[in-house]
Amino acid sequence: MNELNIVCTACPMGCSITATVDEHETLVSVAGHRCRRGEAYARAEIANPARSFHSTLRVAGGDLPMVSVKTAAPVPKSTLMACAEATRDITANAPIAVGDVLLRDIAGTGVDLVATTRVLPCSFS
Amino acid sequence: MNYDVIVIGGGPAGMAAALKAQENGAARVLILERDTFLGGILMQCIHTGFGLHYFKEELSGPEFAHRFIEQVEANPAIEVKLDTMVLDVQPGEPNQVVAVNKTDGLMQLSAKAIVLAMGCRERPRGALNIAGARPAGVLSAGTAQKYVNMDGYLPGREVVILGSGDIGLIMARRMTFEGAKVKMVCELMPYSGGLTRNIVQCLNDFDIPLKLSTTVIDIHGGDRVTGVTIAQVDDNRRPIPGTEEHVPCDLLLLSVGLIPENELSRAAGVAIDPITGGAQVNEACETEIPGVFACGNVLHVHDLVDYVALEAEVAGANAARFAMRNSQCAMGDYVTTRGENGVRYVVPQRVNQHAGKPVTLYFRVGQVYADATVQVRNGDTVLAKERRARITPGEMEHLVVKPEQLAGCSELIVEVA
Repeated sequence: MNELNIVCTACPMGCSITATVDEHETLVSVAGHRCRRGEAYARAEIANPARSFHSTLRVAGGDLPMVSVKTAAPVPKSTLMACAEATRDITANAPIAVGDVLLRDIAGTGVDLVATTRVLPCSFS
Repeated sequence: MNYDVIVIGGGPAGMAAALKAQENGAARVLILERDTFLGGILMQCIHTGFGLHYFKEELSGPEFAHRFIEQVEANPAIEVKLDTMVLDVQPGEPNQVVAVNKTDGLMQLSAKAIVLAMGCRERPRGALNIAGARPAGVLSAGTAQKYVNMDGYLPGREVVILGSGDIGLIMARRMTFEGAKVKMVCELMPYSGGLTRNIVQCLNDFDIPLKLSTTVIDIHGGDRVTGVTIAQVDDNRRPIPGTEEHVPCDLLLLSVGLIPENELSRAAGVAIDPITGGAQVNEACETEIPGVFACGNVLHVHDLVDYVALEAEVAGANAARFAMRNSQCAMGDYVTTRGENGVRYVVPQRVNQHAGKPVTLYFRVGQVYADATVQVRNGDTVLAKERRARITPGEMEHLVVKPEQLAGCSELIVEVA
């Protein structure tokens, strides 16, 4: 048996939840939450903690030097730093529309990296 | 040049106000924006978490802005002047706005109504009185955010962050993604000023320590920061001797609060609330100068852009009504609002008793409360009352008063009961 402390982010309450897992990392019990969303959050955090990843890529030939990007869906929490590494040396070519896929299957997560800023072609250079 | 409504600032508040003004009958709307793009500070807030209330989905800052930018660009009644600095606002009939840019030169513009939507800026080091050297490498968190996200420049590799406001928390994660080592976030108060979600996802996820009741008392370095001295503070926020600790770093980020940017408003004679740092307004977001409206972070600092947009829509709609001269603002029937028992401020500061529609009172508390009741009362009569499992200074609260409850009120008191 192992106790894990989880701060719920489902609402501003920020309940401090204690989740007990057995030796197979299987959830045994959840305590400290004040609503059903808290319990669901704790279950998800134990089973598959996922986060949105976002960063910026360099842009060639655009009116902005950087384009902001995010993963099209949350990725496993454990892959966040791998995602950050994967975006380090990429340059995207302008023009770029919001929603354009700039990198497929980032860090083997099966999730695409999409642009969140519009970049127009540069009028000079 | 004559306009129905001139909006100063092209961030989320300015754009939402302009769109709503046009929708409510303003035929000529102008947005004046200092930067070279619309969107304001949202454009450097590349993280997600915006729009949950307004669009019912989770967007990044630029995406949230983009939805408004597209509407503004597609709207022929809304003109936008970028790279344009407003120098002066002169209320009158009509109101005058003096602005300057490279293509138009110096402009004298007139408007039937003005919406102030200039946003806020960060509290700088000079406001903190931190002792020590004056080396490079001491930045506000938002400045670092602009360097990293907009310019692609990493301003340091070993980072200490002072202040646990949301921008500081967001930057802790962002700098980590970019390969920097964030050593700690120090917070003077015994609680964080940031959203719970950000503490979990920006600090806990990366094992970045949050040191509460701790501050920076000295900054070391010649040309560049080499380290800071931190110390724990007592209940009166004074450093406790013997708790000093030297922390080597090459970057100190400050996330110690935001201040509404009201230089133009002050010069125009708009009455400012000493607590919010923004204009004193009524439920229509109208300042004490008729025809001059304020919304968004220039009115009071919000924690969620969703509420900025909603507030700006109120300001924009009422600016249009004023401009079209079907304003129903009756003079002399105002009831003032006031915070008591833990409530630091209330916006709007006055409410028309004949508002005719539900009035939302926004407020913030001065400390953390658990299992508390917030209420609005007039004398001993409670007008609105809600339970809150938790209230913190970092999260803006609101209560709604029904229109029929306003008549005959002498003062609306918002409090933690």
